[in-house]
Amino acid sequence: MKEHIDPKACPIIANHIKVALVGQPNVGKSMLINSVSNAHLHVGNFSGVTVDKTEVLFDYKDYHFTVVDLPGTYAFTDYTIEERVTHDYLCAEDYDIIINVVDSTNLEKNLQLTSELLTMSKKMVIALNMSDEAEKEGIEIDATYMSELLGISCVKVSAAAKTGIEELIDTVVETYTAPKKEPKLIFSEAVEEEIEIIVSYLKKHKYKAVNSYRNIAINLLKNNKKTYEKLHGDPIWTELQPILIEASKHIELHHDTDDIKEAFAEEYAAFNRGIVTEVVRHSNDKKEEKTLTEKIDNILIHPLFGIPIFLFFMWSLFQLTFTIGNIPMEWIDGFFTWLGDVIAPTISNDDVRSLVVDGIIGGVGAVVLFTPNIIILFIGIALLETTGYMSRVAFLLDGFFHKFGLHGQSFIPLVTGFGCSIPAYMSARILKNDRDRLLTLFIIGFMSCGARLPVYVLFAGAFFGEAMAGNVLFTIYISGAILGLILAKVLKMTAFKGVDEPFVMEMPKYRLPALKLIWHTVLTQTIMYLKKAGTFIAGAAMLVWFLSNYPHNETLERLYATKIEKAVDAKEKLHFENELAQKELESSYLGRIGKLTEPIFAPLGFDWKMNVALQTGLAAKEVVVSTLGVLYSIGGDVDETSKSLADNIRQNIPFASAVAFIVVVMTYLPCLAATTVFAKEAGSWRYAVYLFIFTSIVAYVLAFFAYRIALVFS
Amino acid sequence: MNNLLNCHKGCQVKVKKINAEYNLKQRLISFGVMKGAELEVLEHAPGKKTIEIKIGKMRIALRAQEAELIEVEEV
Repeated sequence: MKEHIDPKACPIIANHIKVALVGQPNVGKSMLINSVSNAHLHVGNFSGVTVDKTEVLFDYKDYHFTVVDLPGTYAFTDYTIEERVTHDYLCAEDYDIIINVVDSTNLEKNLQLTSELLTMSKKMVIALNMSDEAEKEGIEIDATYMSELLGISCVKVSAAAKTGIEELIDTVVETYTAPKKEPKLIFSEAVEEEIEIIVSYLKKHKYKAVNSYRNIAINLLKNNKKTYEKLHGDPIWTELQPILIEASKHIELHHDTDDIKEAFAEEYAAFNRGIVTEVVRHSNDKKEEKTLTEKIDNILIHPLFGIPIFLFFMWSLFQLTFTIGNIPMEWIDGFFTWLGDVIAPTISNDDVRSLVVDGIIGGVGAVVLFTPNIIILFIGIALLETTGYMSRVAFLLDGFFHKFGLHGQSFIPLVTGFGCSIPAYMSARILKNDRDRLLTLFIIGFMSCGARLPVYVLFAGAFFGEAMAGNVLFTIYISGAILGLILAKVLKMTAFKGVDEPFVMEMPKYRLPALKLIWHTVLTQTIMYLKKAGTFIAGAAMLVWFLSNYPHNETLERLYATKIEKAVDAKEKLHFENELAQKELESSYLGRIGKLTEPIFAPLGFDWKMNVALQTGLAAKEVVVSTLGVLYSIGGDVDETSKSLADNIRQNIPFASAVAFIVVVMTYLPCLAATTVFAKEAGSWRYAVYLFIFTSIVAYVLAFFAYRIALVFS
Repeated sequence: MNNLLNCHKGCQVKVKKINAEYNLKQRLISFGVMKGAELEVLEHAPGKKTIEIKIGKMRIALRAQEAELIEVEEV
C-alpha cells in the first residue's frame, strides 16, 4: 500500500540514505522536496492527528533516498503539534542525515534552530534555500566560508528556480559516506570554561561514550534529559553532579538569569550573530526601504480597513464555493441518478436492487456530491495559507474571538460552517493548538449549514407567511451563531478549562503561491476525503437504508398491491402508494425507534413522525424534509417548495412543537458524513460521542424551553 | 516600568526582561525575543488586542496579555 510506507519494507541495501528534512516554517521545505524528487515520486501521508510528515522516495545515482519532510519548527521544543512531531522524530527515530533548510533572506533567525541541531551529534547538511531571492534583495552569503566556520557543508539552493538541487544531493551523499565531523559551535568564554572543566573530568575518568565529550558536556549544561538519564546511572555521577551545579550557577550568573535555557538561547544568538556578520554581505545601501510586505500590510492589516477587506475576501470565497461548486454538483447528481437508472433493471432481486441503487449508489453519490465545494474551499484555504494572509486574519480577529475563548483563526472554519460542516471541520486544521482546534470543532455545528436551509424554509413558510419568512430565516442563522459563541465560552470555562494558550505567531513575508504545491496539497486532501469519508459514509448510508426498509411487511404490501392495481385514476394510485410508504416506514426499524422514543420527546411536543424525521436527519438534513413528506403522505419526492406539504404541516403540527423542532434542527448533530469527518479531525471517535452527547443535551434543553415559551404565546 | 504594550506604533525598543512563565518564555525565545533583542512596534490591531512587532527581519504578532509581560527600554 502506498499510503503507509513502512521504512522496514523498503529494499534494504547498502546504499540507502534516510534523510530528515528540518527547517523553520515558511522556508520552502515542501517546495524543495518537490523539486528534489521531480515528477516520479511516491508521496505517502502517514498522519498523526492533523500534522502529516511526508515521506518521499527517489533514486539518485547509486543511492536510494528516503526523505522525511518534518513539520516546520522554530526551535527544538515541543510546544505545538508540529514541533512535537519534529522533536520526537529527531530524537527517537532512525535516520542517517539531517538536511536543515534555511531561508537565505533571513539567515540569523533561521540559524537559531540550526545551532540547536548542531548539538544533536548527527550528520548534517545545510540547504541555503531561496538564494535567488536573497540575491535580488542584495544579500550575499559566502557558503564556502560558512561551511568552514560551522564545520557543516552549506549549499546554496533555490527550490523555486530549481538551482543547486543536484549539488545538494551530491553533498548529502558525500557527507553520508565521509566520517562524522564535529561541528564548530563556539560559546562565550564563560561557557567554554565550564565545558572544558566537564570535558577534562570525563577524560580523567575515561568515560565511554559514542558522542564526543564536548557534545556530552554541552547537553549536560543544556539540561538535556536523555544525556542526564544516561549519566545518572554511572558511578562518576556523584562527583559530576556538584561540578554541573556549580557550572550552571556560573553560566546563569554570567547571563544574569535564573533559566539556563534562556542563557543558552542568548549564547546561540550571539554565535549566530557572529556567523552572520562573517558570511553575509549586503550589496545594497544600508538605508532600509519599506519592503513590499510592509506596503501590503499597511493596507491589509489597517486598523480600519483590514477587517472589511478580509470580509470581502471571505464573501468572494463563499460565492465561489457555493455558486461555481454547485454547477458540477448538478452533473454529479445527474450522473448518479443515471447510474442508478441504468443499473436498476439489471438486478432482478428487489432487495439487492434497493440496496445497490438506494443504499450504495445513493450513499456514495451523496459523498461525491460535496467534492466540488470541498476542492474550491481547499484551494481557497491553501491560497490563504501559502500567501501568508492567514496570519494577518488571526492578527485582526483574535481580539474579538479571544473573548469567547476562541482563536483568531477560528473564524475561517466557523464561517465555512454556514456552507457545509464537512469542509468546515477540515479547515479547522489551520488551528495548530490542540485545545483551540477541538473547541472550534465542537461549535462549528451551531453555524447552520446549507442542508438545514430546506427545513427552515419549509417551516418558516408554513407558520409565518411569506412576508415574515425571510426575517425568521435570518433570526435562525444569527441566533445559531450567537449560541455557538456563548457555548464556546461555556466549554472554555468547563471542559476546555485551562490557562490560555499564548498567542505568539510569525507574520511571514507575502509570497506568490506556487501552483504545483497548491495542486499537490489540494489533490492529496481531496483524495483522502473521498477515500476515508467515502467508506464510512457509504457504510452509514447503507445502515440507514436498512433501518428504514426493514422488516418488510408482506401482508401490507400485498394488500396495497391490489389496491393500487384497482385504483381508478393516477391520483388515487399515488394516494395509495404514499399510504403504503408511510405504513411501511411506520413498521420499519426506524419507525419502531421513533415510536419507542416518543415518551422522551413528548415534553418537546413531538409526535412519532417528527421523531423519525429528526432521526433520519442524523444521516443528512436534506432527508428531514423528504421524510416529513412521506410521513405526512405527500410522497417521497418533495422539496421545501411543495405547497401542500407546508399546508399539511401547518394543519398537523402545533405551532409550539414546530418552534421546538426548528430549535432541534438548528442545534443537533449536523449529519453522519460530517460526524465521521469530525471524528477524524478531532483525532478520536471518543470526541464524536462527546459531540453527540453535547449537541443532544443542548438541543433538548433549548427545545424544551422554546416549546414552553411558544406555548405561552400561541 | 515600561512594557511592550505601552509602546506606540513605530517605536523602537530593547528588551530588558521577560516576565513570562516557562513555556511562553521558551516560545518567545524561539522567535528571538530575548534579553537584549531590539524590537520595533509595527501595528496595533483594532482595540489594541494584538500587536505586531518586528525583530530583525521577522514580523511577529502578540496578544496584549503577552506583550505586557515584556519589559522594554527605548533606544
